[in-house]
Amino acid sequence: MWKFIHKLASPPHFYGLAAKIIPWFFLPGLILIIYGLYGGLLLAPPDYQQGDAFRIIYVHVPSAYLSLMAYSIMAISAGIGLIWRLKLAHAVAAAAAPIGAWFTFLALATGSLWGRPMWGTWWERGDPRLTSELVMLFLYFGYMALRGAIDDTAKADRASAVLALVGAVNVPIIHFSVEWWSSLHQGPTLMKKGGPAMDAAMLYPLLAMILGFTLIFGALLLRRVRTEVLYRERRTRWVRHLVLSSAVEKK
Amino acid sequence: MTDNQPEMPGLGRGMMAVAKRDLFLAWKRPGDVLNPLFFFAMVATLFPLAVGPSAEQLEFSGPGVLWVAALLAMLLSLNSLFVSDFEDGSLEQMLVSPVPLAALSLGKTIAHWLTSGLPLVIVAPILGMTFRMPASVMGVLMLTLLLGTISLSLLGSIGAALTVGLHRGTALLSLLILPLAMPLLIFGARTVSLAAAGDVVAGGLYFLAAYAVLIVSLAPFAIAAALRISNE
Repeated sequence: MWKFIHKLASPPHFYGLAAKIIPWFFLPGLILIIYGLYGGLLLAPPDYQQGDAFRIIYVHVPSAYLSLMAYSIMAISAGIGLIWRLKLAHAVAAAAAPIGAWFTFLALATGSLWGRPMWGTWWERGDPRLTSELVMLFLYFGYMALRGAIDDTAKADRASAVLALVGAVNVPIIHFSVEWWSSLHQGPTLMKKGGPAMDAAMLYPLLAMILGFTLIFGALLLRRVRTEVLYRERRTRWVRHLVLSSAVEKK
Repeated sequence: MTDNQPEMPGLGRGMMAVAKRDLFLAWKRPGDVLNPLFFFAMVATLFPLAVGPSAEQLEFSGPGVLWVAALLAMLLSLNSLFVSDFEDGSLEQMLVSPVPLAALSLGKTIAHWLTSGLPLVIVAPILGMTFRMPASVMGVLMLTLLLGTISLSLLGSIGAALTVGLHRGTALLSLLILPLAMPLLIFGARTVSLAAAGDVVAGGLYFLAAYAVLIVSLAPFAIAAALRISNE
């Protein structure tokens, strides 16, 4: 078991392995998203209250979910990197941050587009969920800014890991804020007692979208980690060897 | 214990020694303490000028304005928290000291709170009066600020420790700390507003107290870890 983990954490091995895994994340993710879009935009019936406008849920919910998910992955791998000094874990944390920030932005943008016809406003200041999602974006920005401000990679890794862990204390507060404050934002639909409050024709495309987004996120993350590893190991022999052999092949 | 081995100072004594030293330094340079305080008063005075003098608006915005001003004033005072120690090398002495760094950083934070948090709490009722807050709300206002500034001192120290050796530390510190301080601001300002409306305030106060307890117990370790990383 330990041997396997050690092997996995060695950069050259991971670099090769990730290349093989990426298609297994990417293709099923793509298929699920195509099904989800078809089912959600064309097959699912319009909502009795919101009409066709509810269909933005198929992008909004997966993005919002992934903005939290990416932060958890970032904080957990930062913690692993800090405790066991695994370089690969730090590379994962560094790679997860920009993707998470984009999903957070996507959740905010779609939420704002959705809010316009439903609540009559682009940006409802009183809503804690919107505000906390924006805070999430600032947490990502802070993390990336701290990383950018420190030149030494090892030091940047460890400093930003402390920040990610401190920020992780706030993530549960953000998540449960929907129950703490009464607001315009609708309550939880998927995760509540007595099963999801949604018609099956609407629900299955949504679940497919969530799973598909997650798989695509996995593929993007692995791809970014590969680049990150390559950049961090740029002075090592195996990278030089890799670059030289690929240059020879091209000739 | 043999004679040539110096006696090891206890946790509490090391912590108090650092706190005393910082308080003494603050006494010698009162500007560092007064500037954030003036800043607090200025923001609270400027705001009504921008919004207008109507009594309703003042009463409505008072708690929020005071809380935002306190938050920014705390942030202002945090910039210099570790800088002089970092420059003259006393921070390195703390790193190699036999007393755990977490205890020493807690000592520094205690001194920081006494010199920048506590004055805000004391001045707040005077500024509250200019916002036409009733006397009955003052107690709640001071209590929320008391609990809130303790948390802000510790939370901000983590940020200050992370940014201590960096060139663009000031702007970065705000970016790191303000999002984390958001729950404090929401609960602090809300609780004061509720008190002004004659509502029950226990929930908000409990939250602020719980947050303060959580951060007093965890933050010193984060500050210590951050200081070690910044001094590598």
